[in-house]
Amino acid sequence: MKDKLMDFDKALELFEPVIGLEVHVELNTKTKMFSAAPNIFGAEPNTAISEVCIGLPGSLPVVNGKAVEYSISLGLALGCKIAEHSSFARKNYFYPDLGKNYQISQYDEPIAYDGEVEVELADGEIWNIPIERAHMEEDAGKLTHVGGATGRIQGAEYSLVDYNRAGVPLVEIVTRPIFGTEGKAGEVASAYVQTIRDMVLALGISDARMERGNLRCDANVSLRPRGSEKLGTRTETKNVNSFRSIERAVRYEIQRQAAILASGGNIIQETRHWHEDTSTTSAGRPKSDAEDYRYFPEPDLLPIQPSAELVEKLRAELPEAPAKHRRRLKESWGFTDLEFRDVVNAGVIPQIEATVALGTSPAQARKWWTSEILRLANERGVEAEELVTPAQVTDLDAQVASGAITDKIARTVLVKMIDSGKSAAEIIESEGLAVVSDDSALEAAIDQALAENPDVLEKLREGKLQAAGAIIGSVMKAMAGKADAAKVRELLMAKVSE
Amino acid sequence: MSASELVFKSASELATLIRDKQVSSAEVTRAHLDRMAEVEGAIHAFLHVNEGAVDAAKAVDAKIASGEKISELAGVPVAIKDILCTVDMPSTAASRILEGWIPPYDATVVARSREAGLVPLGKTNLDEFAMGSSTEFSAYGPSRNPWDTDRIPGGSGGGSAAAVAAFEAPIAFGSDTGGSIRQPAAVTGSVGFKPTYGGASRFGAIALASSLDQVGPVSRNVLDAALFHDVFTGYDAKDSTSLNYNWPSMAEAARLGAKEGSLKGLRIGVVKELNGEGFQPGVKALFNELVELATAAGAEIVEVSAPHFDYATAAYYLILPAEASSNLAKYDAVRFGLRVAPNEAATIEEVMSATREAGFGPEVKRRIILGTYALSAGYYDAYYGSAQQVRTLIQRDFENAFAKADVLISPAAPTTAFKIGERVNDPMAMYLNDITTIPANMAGIPAGSIPMGLADEDGLPVGVQIMAGIKKDDLMYKVAATLEALLAEKHGGSVLDKAPRSYALKGGAK
Repeated sequence: MKDKLMDFDKALELFEPVIGLEVHVELNTKTKMFSAAPNIFGAEPNTAISEVCIGLPGSLPVVNGKAVEYSISLGLALGCKIAEHSSFARKNYFYPDLGKNYQISQYDEPIAYDGEVEVELADGEIWNIPIERAHMEEDAGKLTHVGGATGRIQGAEYSLVDYNRAGVPLVEIVTRPIFGTEGKAGEVASAYVQTIRDMVLALGISDARMERGNLRCDANVSLRPRGSEKLGTRTETKNVNSFRSIERAVRYEIQRQAAILASGGNIIQETRHWHEDTSTTSAGRPKSDAEDYRYFPEPDLLPIQPSAELVEKLRAELPEAPAKHRRRLKESWGFTDLEFRDVVNAGVIPQIEATVALGTSPAQARKWWTSEILRLANERGVEAEELVTPAQVTDLDAQVASGAITDKIARTVLVKMIDSGKSAAEIIESEGLAVVSDDSALEAAIDQALAENPDVLEKLREGKLQAAGAIIGSVMKAMAGKADAAKVRELLMAKVSE
Repeated sequence: MSASELVFKSASELATLIRDKQVSSAEVTRAHLDRMAEVEGAIHAFLHVNEGAVDAAKAVDAKIASGEKISELAGVPVAIKDILCTVDMPSTAASRILEGWIPPYDATVVARSREAGLVPLGKTNLDEFAMGSSTEFSAYGPSRNPWDTDRIPGGSGGGSAAAVAAFEAPIAFGSDTGGSIRQPAAVTGSVGFKPTYGGASRFGAIALASSLDQVGPVSRNVLDAALFHDVFTGYDAKDSTSLNYNWPSMAEAARLGAKEGSLKGLRIGVVKELNGEGFQPGVKALFNELVELATAAGAEIVEVSAPHFDYATAAYYLILPAEASSNLAKYDAVRFGLRVAPNEAATIEEVMSATREAGFGPEVKRRIILGTYALSAGYYDAYYGSAQQVRTLIQRDFENAFAKADVLISPAAPTTAFKIGERVNDPMAMYLNDITTIPANMAGIPAGSIPMGLADEDGLPVGVQIMAGIKKDDLMYKVAATLEALLAEKHGGSVLDKAPRSYALKGGAK
């Protein structure tokens, strides 16, 4: 069923959007939250597990101290207070992705609470996002539903469970309601999640790959009529796993809810699933307040009581805040607002930073990461960072800077580097792609071209310089692109003045 | 010495004989297996017999022959309550839902006992998931009391207590959530101790109520329990609630207590609330005699009051079911254990539901429902929340009591063993059997039961409970050993000396 949508501007005229965001961050600790099973991605199903991950009788959870430290660091980076006494609780519900049929989480005593995160939009506008809490919990296993039309558990013939992800340490960051975003609701949501990503990358506590589910965002959206104080009924959109989708999902919910409310309908409090292919949301399970997880204190674990020394040590080790870090980068790189916006949108700040650190000029680094690499990544449906490393980009750019290859050839070399993993020099050597710097070879080609275009020399002498184009093009073709165009022009003009 | 006499020896006596090479562990083990074969038809203490027992004993014999010093109990056979995981035997918690399940690991306490050269004889019966006071809720039929096979051997650890009292094993593992070691010990004339919460690792102990469960020793005398305690307790990184503490030797404390034979300077508290209404006259009479005996031995008797013990049973039957309802959620047919599909096209919910319907017995279902209700939104504060407050008040009662007394004593159970079938349909009557033992679990203190005589009216054994402060397990063992010695002196032997050694086969034992 297709949702009726109201025009976005019209929706904003009638209603004020209020958003709230829940971000789950998978921590990149070596082992899981409550067991010594390895925390790895992409292993054969059910091989990275222990008795704790599948809830065998007699098994007991043991807290991963590193995960607690990571959580405290993240809490501090979020500007939160760190609880002197926090505890774990059991969230009880029957679902086969949890081996124990309860999730160990935190309930009334989270590790971090009351924070604020500065978020900068692409246009430079600053938003301070209020953080309610950040708490530790364990991830669930992964279900694959086979045989149904929808890929959901309902109607599936059977389902497969992979517990490799069960027990991976998670921090859930919950914002307070965010008011006043108006038409920028989606942009603010997306920029907030990007900031969290930059933050956890700078902290080194998560791989933060959205496509792998390292970073997951649930976007809560509600509308209230202009002038109303009371918050409207919210929906929670799940499965939004790119920054662009977050923005679009929020806009979509605003338009969808506005259409329902304007026609006198009611919003159902429910989870909604984002569909990347159609850019729409669809109803998930109803999420009434009556949902009862029967939380109670986890009796198998002791409370977490970090020492003041530990908290202060971690505070002292915090990296620069993402918004501040970005402002500093923009200034030191000398990018225009527009250029920096491209970089932000491409999500390649860390890559450019690393590439510049290896010696490439900021302008060249930007050019590579926001054009050719981004294009190839989109073409292949992967993230830019998966395609190529900053070291490879630096290697390639050095070949261009030294004049060994042309810009155009460099693009061919890039593809070959990606596919073969070989160095730029190896590829240039083995494929014979180096710029032809032998003047006599170039001159022979120029003479050949002039012979085929007898009138050109005359035109050039008359000062019609655009005529050189045909010759240069012809020479480049003859040299299979491996000629430096400026050098060809220089040799040609020398002939004119002969 | 004939092989059949070996089974009447204590664990420490057997260990000495084995160490001195008077007898091999294999011989001792065979003697016990023979005894099991002889009496199991009447007693039904075991759910599973270890086929590898003799081989394990031979391995210990080989080590002893090569001069390796293993432990003070090396070569002694042990029975294991079937709530503990064992890699080589099914671990069922006496439930259909775990029928035939063999875990990929040993419980830490079991692993430590194997390392100490103890030889597992088999797995003993219990009430399903340790929920009960009689073993009548075992999915595999009740165990029987060696003193009268028409009577219950207590519960949940009735199998371990019966095995020890019927001379099928010199020592056994028990687990105690609200009295499952002490009440069976009391009604079978055996000895059982529950360590301080955190004293023994819970890793590999199938959970009933995590904040109350504790593994402990069952035996025929205090020294054996203490020696066994020293073998398997102590910190375990796999259990976050286990205490990282430098425990003194319990065996040393027990030996000291037996040697001293006096209670001079010791303040013994008698808990007013644990010696009143509902206690069988023969139990009260024996308890009063014991108090006199202790006084004569130099103890200062102080009456202490613990007003909140009156609410302990009610609070316990909220906290335990609440934790159990969550702990038992994992039995869902997805990864292990029983799986019942009502039809070919059954959904996951239908399979879970049918499996739990078929796999759990009535008491387990009762407590899951109770616990689920107690944790539900809107009821949490009134039930689970106030039960936790009662728990705190009970802990304070104990603190006040231990300010006035070094140890506390009470009857270990309000009555002697009741008849099989008498209370199985009356949960409240069954629950009230634990009023004496529950407070210790609520506070996490160590507590144990030793036999103090036979009740006049029925000739059945009666136990006295000895409770000490947190981490004062050694004091508990010391006082228990002294009392045991005084009682033996007075009665001219131990209570178990009077126990029958052969049993009439009753119908329906298996």
